[in-house]
Amino acid sequence: MITRRTFVKAGGCALVAYAGAPRFLLRTAHAAEPSGKVLVAVFQRGAVDGLSMVMPHGDPGYAGVRPSIALQPPRRGESERAIDLDGFFALHPALAPLVPLWSNRALAVVHACGSPDTTRSHFDAQDYMESGTPGVKSTTDGWLSRAAGARPAKSTPFRAVAIGPVLPRTLHGDVGAISIQSLDRFDVRAGTDTTARAGFESLYEQGVHDLLHGTGRETFDAVRMLRSTRASRIAPANGAEYPRVPLGDALKQIAQLIKANVGLEVAFADMQGWDTHVGQGAERGQLALRFRDFGAALAAFAQDLGDKMSDVVVLTMSEFGRTVAENGNRGTDHGHATAMLVLGGGVRGGRVYSQWPGLDHHRLFEGRDLAVTTDFRTLFSEVATRHLGVPAAPIFPGFRSPAPLGLFA
Amino acid sequence: MSRARGCVAGVLTSAALMLGALGGCTTVKAGDDRVAPVPSAAAQRVTAAPATTITGDRRIIHVLSRLTYGARPGDVERVRAMGLSAWIDRQLRPGTIDDDATEQALTELTTLRMPIAEALREFPRPDPKLRAQLASGEMSRQEMLERYPMEKRPARIAGELQAAKVVRAVTSERQLEELMVDFWFNHFNVFANKGDVRWYVAAYEREAIRPYAMAKFPDLVRATAHHPAMLFYLDNWLSARPDFRVPAGPNRGRKAGLNENYARELMELHTLGVDGGYTQKDVTEVARAFTGWTIDRPQTDGHFVFRPAMHDTGEKVVLGQRIPAGGGRDDGERVIDILTRSPATARFIATKLVRRFVSDTPPPALVTRVAAAYTSTDGDIAAMLRTIFESPEFSSEDAYRAKIKKPFEFVASAVRALGGRTDAQGGMALARASAEIGEPLYQAQPPTGYADRGEVWVNAGALLARMNFALGLASGRYPHVSIELAPLVAGADPAVPSAVLDRLLASIVADQTGPATRAVLTTQLSEPQITRLSPDDRGPANTDVAKLAALVIGSPEFQRR
Repeated sequence: MITRRTFVKAGGCALVAYAGAPRFLLRTAHAAEPSGKVLVAVFQRGAVDGLSMVMPHGDPGYAGVRPSIALQPPRRGESERAIDLDGFFALHPALAPLVPLWSNRALAVVHACGSPDTTRSHFDAQDYMESGTPGVKSTTDGWLSRAAGARPAKSTPFRAVAIGPVLPRTLHGDVGAISIQSLDRFDVRAGTDTTARAGFESLYEQGVHDLLHGTGRETFDAVRMLRSTRASRIAPANGAEYPRVPLGDALKQIAQLIKANVGLEVAFADMQGWDTHVGQGAERGQLALRFRDFGAALAAFAQDLGDKMSDVVVLTMSEFGRTVAENGNRGTDHGHATAMLVLGGGVRGGRVYSQWPGLDHHRLFEGRDLAVTTDFRTLFSEVATRHLGVPAAPIFPGFRSPAPLGLFA
Repeated sequence: MSRARGCVAGVLTSAALMLGALGGCTTVKAGDDRVAPVPSAAAQRVTAAPATTITGDRRIIHVLSRLTYGARPGDVERVRAMGLSAWIDRQLRPGTIDDDATEQALTELTTLRMPIAEALREFPRPDPKLRAQLASGEMSRQEMLERYPMEKRPARIAGELQAAKVVRAVTSERQLEELMVDFWFNHFNVFANKGDVRWYVAAYEREAIRPYAMAKFPDLVRATAHHPAMLFYLDNWLSARPDFRVPAGPNRGRKAGLNENYARELMELHTLGVDGGYTQKDVTEVARAFTGWTIDRPQTDGHFVFRPAMHDTGEKVVLGQRIPAGGGRDDGERVIDILTRSPATARFIATKLVRRFVSDTPPPALVTRVAAAYTSTDGDIAAMLRTIFESPEFSSEDAYRAKIKKPFEFVASAVRALGGRTDAQGGMALARASAEIGEPLYQAQPPTGYADRGEVWVNAGALLARMNFALGLASGRYPHVSIELAPLVAGADPAVPSAVLDRLLASIVADQTGPATRAVLTTQLSEPQITRLSPDDRGPANTDVAKLAALVIGSPEFQRR
C-alpha cells in the first residue's frame, strides 16, 4: 500500500487520534507566503536519446554507428547544425532557445548520467528514478516528496504540485502533494450557486480519514487559496511565449504559482514521446520536433520568471538513454545512460559535467549502451542539498554520494 | 487501502455483520448461492478470525460493483430474484445474454464494423501538399478544415470507438464481458494516435480482443501478436534480420535490422511480467524469432503477413528452450507457446486479475490459486474469474468497497446509477468527461496502459473533475445523455426533504453511505437553495433532487466500488 499521508501511514488505530487533532491552520493562512527556493523536476518519459540531445561530436565513435540519425558536427556560422558547447559536446539544433541560458551560465549539462540498476523496462526504470531507490520496488513514496517533506513545515497546500492528470510516483508520500491539470478549472464549477462547493467540501471534511477524504480536504484548501490569489490570471512576463504543448502549459502554470507566492517548493511536469524506436530523425524529424517543444518550453519558463529564476532550479531527467548504434529502423532501442539538464539559480552553468565513458565498443555497457558514470542520485542529491538545503541521506536511503559534481557555486 | 479505513470502524462492522449472520438477517437462501462457502467452512472462519464474509444484499451490491460498470436502479432486486450465482454464471457466458438493444444503439457508428482495408479507403491520408501549404501559411486552418473535414479524418475511427465503449458500458447486459474487453485492451494496450494504428484500432478491439476476452489467454496473445495494430504500435512490422535490405518500394536498398520493442513488452507486459526471469539475451532472441512478422500493404490493405526474406533463420534460445534453425514463421508461434506456458505468466496474469476484481494489494494465496487455475486450464479466463468470484477473499469485508473507481468506471457508473441512457453522441461527450478526469479512452501512450491502483487516480484536480462531472450530469447538462431522477425518488414526498434523501440514497448507493455523509446531506437539506420553490412546481418546498444526486455522485462513497 502506498502511504500517501501521515495519517494513513500511522495506520489503524492511530487514525482516531488524528481525527480529533486540529488541522493545519489553513483557514487563517490566506496571506500567501513568499516563495523560497523552488525545484522544478521535468521528466522526459520514454527514454530520451541523450546522444542526440547533447551530442558528443568530439567522440570518434559517434557518427559511424548512426548512419542515418547522427547529427552533423557543429560548424561555426551554420544554423540547422548542432550547436557547439565546449568543443566536445554540442546541443541539438532544435534546442537553440536554450543557448542564451548556456551562454549566461545558467544552464548545465550532466552527461552519461543514469541509474545503477540495469533494467531496460520503461516502467521499472521510471519507478526507480521517481522513488529515488533504484532496484528497490518496495519504496512507497517518491524522492521529490521526501525532499519537500524534509523542509520546515509550511501552512500551504501548494508545497508540492504536479501539473497533469495524475499525481506522479515521485510525489507520492507524506508531504501531501496535489496535482492540477489546469489552474483556471481548479474549482467546483456551479456558477453562482455556492452550495455545491460547500456541500462537497463538507462531504470530504467529515468521516473516515482515508486517501479519498485526505485528498479531498487538501483539494478544498488549495481551491480556497488559489481563488484568493487568482494565480491563473497572471500573464507571462518579459515577453515569454510558451509553446502550445502540454509541457509549455505545465511550466506556464508552475510559473504562475511561483509568482502568486503560494508557497511552492517542488513542482513536477512531464513530457511524453521520447521512445524513438523508429524514424528518429537527425537535425529534423520526429525527435527534433520533441526537442523543439522541450527547449522552447524551458526557455520560455526562464524568460517568464526573469529575476525570480535565481530562486528556481529546473532539473530534467529521463529513465534511461538509448542504444549507441542505430537499430534496423533508423531509430534506437532502450539503452542505459543519458543526459540531464540543470537550469537556474546558483547553478554553475555553461559546463558539461561528465566523466565521459567513451563510445568505443569495448567501453559500452553490455557492448551496446553509453555507460553510466554519474549515478542519477549523485545529481539529484546535490540539487536537493545545495538548492533546497535538505539532507540527502533520508531522501536517497542507502546511497552515499561520491564526490559532488560541483554544480553549485 | 482497507487498513486505512480504521480498525475501530472495521471491528464495528465485523461485529454488526456477525450479529447479522447470527440473527439470520440475510435475505438470500443458502441454496441460492453456490458462490458462498459451505457453512462449515464459514463457521470455521468465524471461530478462527472475526467474521469477515459479506452476505445477503451487501454481497449482491459487492458483486454488482465489481462485475459491472455499476448498479442501475433495480439491479439488486433483479439479481436477488435470479439468484446471485445464476446471475454470475450468465455473466461468465456472455453469448447466452441477449444484447440486441445495445447493438441497435451502435448501428450509426459505421467504422466499428469496417474492415481495415475499407477504413483505409474511406479515410484517406491528407494530401502532403495540403500539409505543406498549411505549414507555409499558404492555407488557413479554416480552409484546411473545409478541404479535409473532421468526419473524413481517421480520428473519427477512434472517436466512434470511444463512443461505443461508453454506450456499451452504460447499456450492455453483458457487463462482465465489457469489463474484460476493457481489461484486456489495457493489458495489450495500443495507442490509438500512433501512426497507422489510427486506422487499425477499431479492428484491433473487434478482432484481437473482444472474441477472446472470456476465452483462453494464449489466444489473446496470439491474436494481438498477429494484429497489424500491435505489429505497428510496438514496431515489430519493421524488425528484420540484421543484414536485411529492403528489396522494393520507396525505401528500396535501405538497410533494416532488429527492433526489440515488441519482444521486450511481450515478455514484460503481456506474459511473464517484469520479474518473470528473462534477460536481455532473451529479449534479443525473441526479437529474432519474430522477424518477418509484418504488415502487408499497411496503407492500403493492412493485414498480417510473414515475410521470409526479413526473417532471421538461425537458432534461437528462449528461456533456456531451443528453437531450432529454419523454423520460419513458426518461431514466433513457438515463442508464444513457451511464454504462455510459463508459470511466471500464470502468476502475472493472476495477479492482475485479482488486482482488478479484489484489491489493490492482491492476496498472495488467492493469486496462487488463480495461477493454478490458469495452469490447469491452459489459461482459461472464465475459469480464473470463477476462482476469484468463488474465493473468500473476493467476498471478504476487506475487499468490500476497497477499490477506487477508475475515471471511466466512475463516469459509466454515475450514468447507470441515475438510470441514465446515452446514444452515440452522448457517448462522445461522456468519453470527454472521462478524459478530463484523467482517463482519455484508447489514448494511453505507453504500452503499460492505465494503472489499476487507486492512488494513481485520486488527486486534487481529478477529484474536482469528478465533482464537476456529477454536477453536470445530474443537472442534465450532457446533451444526448438522458437521466431519470424522478424514479429514483418515486414514492417520497417531495415536500419532505429527508424522505427524498432516504429514497435517493437507497437508489444510488443502495444505502451504503457512511453516517457522516448522511449527516452532511441532511444538513444540506436545510440550505434554502436545496429546498427551494422550483419554477415548474407551485406547490410547497420542492427538494432539489438534482443537486442532492450530484452531491451523492461526487461523494467519497461513490468513488469506491
